[in-house]
Amino acid sequence: MTDETHASFPLRLEGANVPMVSFRKVTKRYGSLVVLDSLDLDVAEGEMVTIIGPSGSGKTTVLRTLMTLDSINDGVIYVDGEPLTHMSDGTKLVPANQRHLRKMRSKIGMCFQHFHLFPHMTALENCMEGPVNVLGLSKKEARERSEELLRMVGMADKRDQHPSRLSGGQQQRVAIARALAMRPKVMLFDEVTSALDPEVIGEVTGVIKKLVSEHNLTMLMVTHQMGFARQISDRVSFFYKGRIEEQGTPDELFGDPKKERTQQFLSAVREAV
Amino acid sequence: MSYFEFISQYGERILSGTLITIILTIIAAALAVSIALIAGLMRLSPNRFVRSVAAVYVEIFRGTSLLVQLYWIFFVLPLFGFTLEKFTAGFIAVGLNLGAYGSELVRGAILSVARGQWEAALALNMSGVQRMRRIILPQALLIMLPPWGNLMIELLKSTALVALIAVADLTFQAKQINSSTFLSAQSFGTALIIYYVVARFLITPSMRWLERFMARKMGEA
Ligand SMILES: Nc1ncnc2c1ncn2[C@@H]1O[C@H](COP(=O)(O)OP(=O)(O)OP(=O)(O)O)[C@@H](O)[C@H]1O
Ligand SMILES: [Mg+2]
Repeated sequence: MTDETHASFPLRLEGANVPMVSFRKVTKRYGSLVVLDSLDLDVAEGEMVTIIGPSGSGKTTVLRTLMTLDSINDGVIYVDGEPLTHMSDGTKLVPANQRHLRKMRSKIGMCFQHFHLFPHMTALENCMEGPVNVLGLSKKEARERSEELLRMVGMADKRDQHPSRLSGGQQQRVAIARALAMRPKVMLFDEVTSALDPEVIGEVTGVIKKLVSEHNLTMLMVTHQMGFARQISDRVSFFYKGRIEEQGTPDELFGDPKKERTQQFLSAVREAV
Repeated sequence: MSYFEFISQYGERILSGTLITIILTIIAAALAVSIALIAGLMRLSPNRFVRSVAAVYVEIFRGTSLLVQLYWIFFVLPLFGFTLEKFTAGFIAVGLNLGAYGSELVRGAILSVARGQWEAALALNMSGVQRMRRIILPQALLIMLPPWGNLMIELLKSTALVALIAVADLTFQAKQINSSTFLSAQSFGTALIIYYVVARFLITPSMRWLERFMARKMGEA
């Protein structure tokens, strides 16, 4: 990336209505495969945006680059007005160093398809790990915060169990509590129900619904459950080959898709169900 | 001479040899574990120089004979001004040698911890050191304990070589008794049985206990 391309990006986003998350011309490549293709995507504070699209269209990559699990090749991602992937050297944006990444990462939390709870810790210890070791909370404060969150996700009675003793749905609920214990401003959910048995999906979607209605979190979610997406999203983005093919309110996108690819995708998904 | 007479006459020397062997094993094991951990982590370092230092160590100590390494440490290092007492030379040689094998276990176990664990720890904004120490190493430990059990038995058997630089261990005592009595079957037979008993009834059960202890801590038992 050249300095010239950087020069066209602001050092920070200012003014009214600064989006909580902003992808600006973000490109991500694996070799010659372009996974995100000069993507522009804004998510407002408190907004719930769901990303849908065919396999390989870059949905997970959006979340992973935002969590800084993957780097980007071009463009800039802003979180809360500040560059995430870059930092200002006073006059222009340069690639972020570890210190900047750690500062920015504290604003973001993520839940994964396969939960990734720490197997050597109980549910409660999983939730306390970040608050104690990263935020520097006292054990007592961290415990109170974690217990409250475990209650919120309906896992208070299992707090002393190790993940190996919990069902998939229970593990995912603990994983959500673990992420929330860090008090992120943005929560990312990557197909959090895809690895679950059908009968426990409701436990997890129920928790996410509760988050949407009771908290002012900014959320980005990838899911294959169209019904759930339609119910709770403020906006649905249909991804195709690393770009947004079409987006709108759930009613617009599901009820009256304009683009042919969106229509094809939605009818293919409906047939599968 | 009956075996009973043999034991009552030489039992004390055999016992003192056994003790030396056990102490040597414990100290060499502590050294091997520490070095294995350091070298194993170094081999995963993002820094190329750090990686190659560890790789050279592993290559040298795995690729050459332990006996020659022992002779080097005991006979050749003094020529460069490093004189070591024979017991010290013994546990250093055994510790460094088995540590080289152990570092591969450490490295392999760390690499086999699921990638998602790294990512979940990063998503909690843990630092690199915190991720390794609090999330990855505890899980790697559980993975590598069973092969470490084998390595510990290997280590016990390797200590027999220190008899060749006259450390008065079990093998050394058996050799001495044999050369003065010519009762080879009794001398070496006794040593053989003691090595087996130490391996089978001391090392193996302790490692099993450690495995169960760790598994319980992981909530798997
Ligand atoms: N580490 C990697 N190395 C090479 N290619 C990768 C890597 N990670 C992802 N890809 C490729 O990038 C593309 C987009 O991947 P991504 O995981 O974002 O898709 P997705 O939309 O989440 O798909 P799915 O619905 O299957 O989860 C895919 O073609 C994938 O094979
Ligand atoms: Mg995906």
